[in-house]
Amino acid sequence: MSGLHILTVLTVLPVVAAAIALFVGKHARLVALVATLACLALAVYVWMHLPAGGGMGMMETAAWAPSIGIEYHLGVDGLGALMLVLSAIVTLMSVDAAHRVHHQPGLYFALVLLLESGLFGTFTALNFFHWFIFWELSLIPAFFLIKLWGGTKRGPAATQFFVYTMVGSVALLVSMLAIYLATGSMDFQHLTLLASTGELEEMVVSHLGSVVLGGPVMMWLAAGALLGFAVKVPLFPFHTWLPAAYAEAPSPVTMLLTGAMSKMGVYGLLRIAVPLFGPQIAEMRTPLLVLAVATVVMGAWAAVQQKDLKRVFAYSSVNHLGYCLLGIFALAVPIAAGDAGAHASQAAALNGVILQMFNHGLTAAALFWFVAILQMRTGGHRGIDQFGGLRKPAPVLAGLMGIALFSSLGLPGLNGFVGEFLIFRGVFPLAWVAVTVSILGLLVTAAVILTVIQKVFSGPTPEHCANFPDLDHGERFALAPVIGLMFLLGIMPQLIVDSVNPTVQNLLAHWRF
Amino acid sequence: MLAWTIYLSFAGALLEALMPKGKNAFARWFALLIAIAGLAIGARGFFANIGQGRVVLVDLNWVPSMGIHYLLAADGISRVLVLLTGLAAVAGVLFSWNIELRTNEFFAFFLALIGGVYGVFLSYDLFLLFVFYEIAIVPKYFLIAIWGSTRREYAAMKLALYSFAGSAMVLIGLLAAYATAGSQSTGLIALGQANLPVSFQIWCFPLVFVGFAILAGMWPFHTWAPTGHVAAPTAASMLLAGVVMKLGAYGCLRVGIGLFPHGLDPWGWSMLGIGSWRDVFAVLAVIGIVYGALVALAQTDFKFVIGYSSVSHMGFVLLGLMTLNQIGVTGAVLQMFSHGIIAGLLFAIVGRIVYERTHTRQLGELEKMHLGRRMPFAAWAFVIAGMASMGLPGFSGFLAEFQILAGAWSVRPWWTLAAGVGIIVGVAYTWRALQKAFFSDLHPTVHELEAEHAHPFAPITWPEVSGVVLLAGVSLWVGVYPRILLDAIEPAVKALLAGGGR
Repeated sequence: MSGLHILTVLTVLPVVAAAIALFVGKHARLVALVATLACLALAVYVWMHLPAGGGMGMMETAAWAPSIGIEYHLGVDGLGALMLVLSAIVTLMSVDAAHRVHHQPGLYFALVLLLESGLFGTFTALNFFHWFIFWELSLIPAFFLIKLWGGTKRGPAATQFFVYTMVGSVALLVSMLAIYLATGSMDFQHLTLLASTGELEEMVVSHLGSVVLGGPVMMWLAAGALLGFAVKVPLFPFHTWLPAAYAEAPSPVTMLLTGAMSKMGVYGLLRIAVPLFGPQIAEMRTPLLVLAVATVVMGAWAAVQQKDLKRVFAYSSVNHLGYCLLGIFALAVPIAAGDAGAHASQAAALNGVILQMFNHGLTAAALFWFVAILQMRTGGHRGIDQFGGLRKPAPVLAGLMGIALFSSLGLPGLNGFVGEFLIFRGVFPLAWVAVTVSILGLLVTAAVILTVIQKVFSGPTPEHCANFPDLDHGERFALAPVIGLMFLLGIMPQLIVDSVNPTVQNLLAHWRF
Repeated sequence: MLAWTIYLSFAGALLEALMPKGKNAFARWFALLIAIAGLAIGARGFFANIGQGRVVLVDLNWVPSMGIHYLLAADGISRVLVLLTGLAAVAGVLFSWNIELRTNEFFAFFLALIGGVYGVFLSYDLFLLFVFYEIAIVPKYFLIAIWGSTRREYAAMKLALYSFAGSAMVLIGLLAAYATAGSQSTGLIALGQANLPVSFQIWCFPLVFVGFAILAGMWPFHTWAPTGHVAAPTAASMLLAGVVMKLGAYGCLRVGIGLFPHGLDPWGWSMLGIGSWRDVFAVLAVIGIVYGALVALAQTDFKFVIGYSSVSHMGFVLLGLMTLNQIGVTGAVLQMFSHGIIAGLLFAIVGRIVYERTHTRQLGELEKMHLGRRMPFAAWAFVIAGMASMGLPGFSGFLAEFQILAGAWSVRPWWTLAAGVGIIVGVAYTWRALQKAFFSDLHPTVHELEAEHAHPFAPITWPEVSGVVLLAGVSLWVGVYPRILLDAIEPAVKALLAGGGR
């Protein structure tokens, strides 16, 4: 495998396609489709060829700037590979959904492809410097996609999105620079190893002193790293950029933002924050859990209040990602070496988190796709009250969107249920109060979803919806695999869990709280 | 073999959903075929295993890392309720024969609901049971929201949210029990053997019990039931009252009492004579019996009378469960069966036979229509159903309520006395409804007679007749020869009370 450099190929392919897309004008979408399909095939190939032990596979290393600890170091484990597959699926869906880009299609699809490359880079990089480049790089196409193709208030939304994420990134960068200065390394695997023996903290303390600005130095660094990811995911109360950005971005771009980019934050927590700052997170666990539960409950509650379908789903995304945060923070608790029960709970929670990342990506992207379809047919309408009785003119659309909605609700038999159940099952023994309160969020989500179903699909049909065209063959063909995947993962979650579980065990073995 | 009731129903639902539109007759016959096949399998499973203990049907390792099994099994209680579900399904299809709006979709949701209900009654794994329980919520919602009547969207939403609230409570209890038992297995049998600590059982039991009891219509969480029943199309009301409320009661028994037998132990202190969860829920059950009956007495809408009577009758089931003795719990299970049949029959008469012809359910207007003379079949069917509902000897309800009252007497005599008041009020509201709707004393004017003559009611159709005969016949049969069910129920109840779920 080492001769093929498949991860490099995967990251470069969209960039090449982006360059081509710039020059072919109207045909850019076709180029993008071909490129994203090829990427999906490659990502699935990577997923199928993971090393059995749950460690890093497909490693590629090359000296980049060795004197300052920067290496070109790529590799994926089950978590990374799953995120590659998810990014590839979501980008393909997004390109599929972007039917009508009349304004500069070449640039649009080039930016989408660059964003995909940024996602791939982030999920494969194992050196902070390299990782950070992609983390930032993905922001730029996202910013322009919102800024140039967004809705009426796109300007402020794009700026807010950019500034918030930048502030988080800078905090993260400062923390990681401190770590680098203390250890001389930016390599994730190396740093994780140092942290798991406790050496990391010693090195940082000996370099920077144990107390900075009246607080323990490691706590400051942990807080910085957490802030970076908390904004991205987002964690309440750092979520305020999200509804505006999701609502103003064109729906296919929102699919990318929620389906794939929000996962970068969760991924960062799992790859960087938790391995390096385990003891600090364990110390801050209670306030973090309170924020995670607030994210779950407030997200759902805010979704109830919304009138704009995109904002409903935006807040519902906040709610769903809150479950991931709940799982991550809850498992950050020191456990005795022989406590098999607590270890099993941690493993269940982490499996659940990773499953939830994938499932939320798939379902949220599908929901925004449906919003795109609704908008396209009604000239941009997306208010809940602007639709009604669509079941009659468009039964197939109603049926498929209903399935996606129930998947978001977490109905057993569909993909959304399994991740949430695993998180609840894992977190309950570790933090039962948090789970109990979060289940309230589940109830509110049910109200949100049922309200959308009632308002959009039943009731009187407004005039502009009377001749609402149902899904055409192309759309059915494009959506069928997505809906099929929802059922498949709902009934056979082991398709993912079996491959991810070794990685989960491997990660947990290297984490110290 | 019994497991095929589940697969057949879901497969039927899928095929109905994929069927081309417009072939309504075919959709009906197909649904009837599936329902009858389910009933036949259920009946075969029932009669072939009378007196036998628990039989494991399927046991597959589903999620090995968490000890989740796809475990279907049936004991006497399950088999009785599967039989009930089969009967309710067949009758439900028969009384939906006139559905013309999107017929195939209606039967798709109908069969999906039935499949979920079969699944709950046969699950011996808590996780699996929860999955089926949740799956059953969705078709209920659509049946009411699409084919319902009075304030259907409000009622559908209310029903769904109450159900989700209940299942959220159950989920918390499920996770707690699983974690406390050492996270080895979600099997009911394994969890039952885990010897959960008494203090844990005492706080977890009410959570799970109330979660399920919401669906059983326990006062004060019953308010979804009357609105839901009234808004639902006839077949859905039949299923709601006939089997869905039984899901709740079954969960209370199988999971609540079966897994947490010590949850009903005394707290060690008491206030106003209430010293355990058993007292609390028994009092709520008695309030439900009396309150439901009194409210039914005051209704002007015929369907609301039946809706509230369900709350009252389900109160008997919950009271029977709280007796925790052989006779009372046996009575509760028998009452589940009996009420399922009788409530189905009552809703069928009111919602299908009467309402579809008179287009009103207001007792005040029905009074002027002289249905006793113009619709003798409906009138006499209601007389039979009403007698069964009142609990007259000879019908299934009598023995069930008798057993519950006898069981309650040996625990707290005043429970029996208070519930007895409920029975008396029950006679009153049934009698009042019967008189007003069918046998009023108002003499028709000449003008009215002419109008009647000019617009006769549509004749009673064969599906209606066969549905009524089926349900009334079963109620009568069980009333006359209750051994047929008791032989199955008694050993199962004995085993359950003796050793929790073990």
